[in-house]
Amino acid sequence: MKLKSLMLLTTGAAFAAPMVLAEAHGNMADSMTLVSWGGAYQTSQIRAYSDPYQAMHEGLEVIWDESSGEAVARMRAMEEAGNITWDLVDVVASDAIRLCDEGLAMEIDHDEVLAPAPDGTPASEDFGDLIVSDCFIPQIVYSTTFGYRTDVEEWGGNTPDDICDVFDLENFPGQRSLERRPIGNMEWALMCDGVAMEDVYDVLETEEGIERAFAVLDTVKDSTVWWTAGADTPQLLADGEVVFGSTYNGRLFSLIEEQDQPVAMMWDAQVFDLDGWIIPEGLPEDRLNRVLDFVRFATDTQRLADQAQYISYGPARASSAPLVSTHADLGIDMAPHMPTDPANATRTFLFNYEWWADYRDDLDARFQAWLSQ
Amino acid sequence: MSATDAGDMSRAAADARRADAESTGPVLAADGSPLKVSLNRALRAQKLRALMLIAPLLLFVLVTFVAPIIDMLFRSVENQIVSETLPRTVVALDDWDAETLPDEATYAALTYDFIEAAERRIHTRLGSRLNYETTGLSSMFRRSGRGVDDVGEEYADQFIDLDEAWEDPVAWAEMMASSDWLAAQSEWAATLEAEGEDAAGPEPLFQLSDGIRTLLPETADAYRSFARTVQQEDQDSPLEEEPWNSVYLALYRDLVTVPAASVVEYDGVGAEMLVAADTAVDGFETVDLRAVWEDMDDGWVEMPIWETIEAFSDPYTAGYFLAAVDLQLTPDGIEQQPDEQRIYLLLFQRTIFMSLVITISCILLGYPIAYLLSNLPLRTSNLLLILVLLPFWTSLLVRTSAWKVLLQNQGVINDTLVWLGFVADDARLALINNQTGTIIAMTHILLPFMILPLYSVMKTIPPSYVRAAKSLGATQWTAFWRVYFPQSVPGIGAGSILVFILSIGYYITPELVGGRTGTFISNRIAFHISESLNWGLAAALGSILLALVLALYWLYDRMVGIDNVKLG
Repeated sequence: MKLKSLMLLTTGAAFAAPMVLAEAHGNMADSMTLVSWGGAYQTSQIRAYSDPYQAMHEGLEVIWDESSGEAVARMRAMEEAGNITWDLVDVVASDAIRLCDEGLAMEIDHDEVLAPAPDGTPASEDFGDLIVSDCFIPQIVYSTTFGYRTDVEEWGGNTPDDICDVFDLENFPGQRSLERRPIGNMEWALMCDGVAMEDVYDVLETEEGIERAFAVLDTVKDSTVWWTAGADTPQLLADGEVVFGSTYNGRLFSLIEEQDQPVAMMWDAQVFDLDGWIIPEGLPEDRLNRVLDFVRFATDTQRLADQAQYISYGPARASSAPLVSTHADLGIDMAPHMPTDPANATRTFLFNYEWWADYRDDLDARFQAWLSQ
Repeated sequence: MSATDAGDMSRAAADARRADAESTGPVLAADGSPLKVSLNRALRAQKLRALMLIAPLLLFVLVTFVAPIIDMLFRSVENQIVSETLPRTVVALDDWDAETLPDEATYAALTYDFIEAAERRIHTRLGSRLNYETTGLSSMFRRSGRGVDDVGEEYADQFIDLDEAWEDPVAWAEMMASSDWLAAQSEWAATLEAEGEDAAGPEPLFQLSDGIRTLLPETADAYRSFARTVQQEDQDSPLEEEPWNSVYLALYRDLVTVPAASVVEYDGVGAEMLVAADTAVDGFETVDLRAVWEDMDDGWVEMPIWETIEAFSDPYTAGYFLAAVDLQLTPDGIEQQPDEQRIYLLLFQRTIFMSLVITISCILLGYPIAYLLSNLPLRTSNLLLILVLLPFWTSLLVRTSAWKVLLQNQGVINDTLVWLGFVADDARLALINNQTGTIIAMTHILLPFMILPLYSVMKTIPPSYVRAAKSLGATQWTAFWRVYFPQSVPGIGAGSILVFILSIGYYITPELVGGRTGTFISNRIAFHISESLNWGLAAALGSILLALVLALYWLYDRMVGIDNVKLG
């Protein structure tokens, strides 16, 4: 009896030793809760990140939550209640900055936490400028851009190829759909009022600039459906309710390629935005170790490239771009559908997150007041 | 018999009863105790039993409903964040004239506060809070958090040039700390070394020595802030960490103001270092703190930031409530928001107006149905009642989305009208993404709440009354209007209150079909809760909405009388 348990112990130790070495993070929890946006995007994450990771770690339980839309408010409430139930949260860059500002997200050393590129380039260089906050682990680049119906008779065979066509009701009549918030719309409006892309935020800081932007938006105010959910525009385009609308490029990809609707993309002046992970502040040690181990795996070069097989969002690492292959189900080449593809990215811009953090409250109040009038 | 006689007689009767009670003692219960006491005991037990029976529900409601609501409403006035994050600055601003920039001492206080806030990572939180009031402060606080640890560096260098001991954490700690704390700390360190973290427990919280606090008040305060932050935030010992630059700044400021004699008299640890430093500080190169802060961000030498901190330094503020009614707190008092930012009053008006319209359309549509239901034979009316209830069992989201399909431009209704030739193809009716859409969808969704109370009240109206009226010669209309309708009013009252109060707080349907003109105040509240994170403003808007509902309820009670409301 004694001998048997001793043998069991030694064999156990012999098996355990290499595992401890492999899992450099020591004591790890055997369950983790990941939070994302649901839909096709979350599916792509499950297939590219968590399924392979679970295959490597038997007995690990992965719980997916779909609450990213209200992540900031929920995390603030969790912190006040002193009970953090999430381990890793997928948020857009502006939310990551706010969570970091509020002390709700953990600051990390990107080179230490994330894997280097296969050629040894440290993570901070591989991700480059996309690390917009000390708490933010970039994952994908997506863009807010336009889709239009290809069967509008009134357009006389013309197709829009310039952002200003959105505000041109004469040549491109019909209902539009734009997001019901100022971010993005204000920038586009100013660009169509002759402001150079690099000066947009300087102009928008002035009273006159805001009025100029609203004057441009006024031209389409009554022929626009103002959306709040990313799924609205694809639905409206498919129903023929609108002929021209802004939404996330991945939604348009699935409308055009997967659902085969008579819709095409207009990439001009697409706005890049980022999506990535943040780790909540104050996780207990074993859960933190698990998350750090997972996030290192899930954001390495190959995993980010794998995600692009399932959805048309660009991987955030420079080293992943050459590895992007074909769509897992449709078999089409994914590169031309990426917002970062050179043919699509002739004119793009990135939100100035810091600027919006300052002006968001003010401009939002004005924007809503403007909409109500 | 006169009135006086009657009075005399009753008095006499009472006297007789009292005399009787005195002679025989109080009425006793079976167990010998006075009946009064025993009755009271029985009643108390009964009440207690009743309370015990409802206790679980009461507790549940208190904990999960009342307490969170009170907590949330409390946020609408709560404003401790400013005085907690910048305590010294707020005190320094107490006697500020609010016309010129604050003095050097205020900038020094700001330095001490800000470095601690930045080390504890709460400065950005304050930045977002103050950004609600003055645009631009969010990034200003974030930027300043990166540079603030350099403020006072010049003084640190000069002290260290003078004597390297000024760089030594142990020398600092021994000079500043009380002997009790030093002893406790070394004991803690020894236990940590010998028996590990679990046995040692938490580090003893840093305590100042009394002597140094009297001699160098600013330095002592700055050092304590440093020592405790290091202990609490990084779980490090102050004996191993070099003090922040702000501590050297405080030391310099203290030494130039404290009279040389009291430094010479001081006999605590490090007295020699202090005397040497005191003689040297007069030759130190000085730093203009205002310029240092200006370097970090121009905003620090402009008036708005100081006015904002001053205006919001109280632990409680009316600021959120003011903002909720389109006003703002400025240094010159309460002012209206600029025209283009006024939105909340408009939304409150719209919410009330549209809720009224919805309530009225529910009455108009619901009354005939309820009348029909209550006058049909039971079997038929039960079947129809199920049809009324059916929407209850369908998801709200599904019903709202169904209205989208029906009402949109290329939707079923418009297509039918175009096909019938009632409207032209290029002039389709705009039935959705505006007020019309919200009213149609919400009337449909809330209709059962009107029909059910109406139905249950109408069921109780005896048909014989109307028959009697008719037999006395009333026309159909008179019989209905004079006899039937007044009896159904309590049902209308109950239904109206239900529908109105439900619709005033409705959120999801206006969000989905309201477009730009059909959204309610609740949509803004949701926005502030989940997107802008301005929970204070959301709480203020919510409180106003709650007060509004209560006021309308009171008004209703005054006009119609709440006793006239019946649910059956």
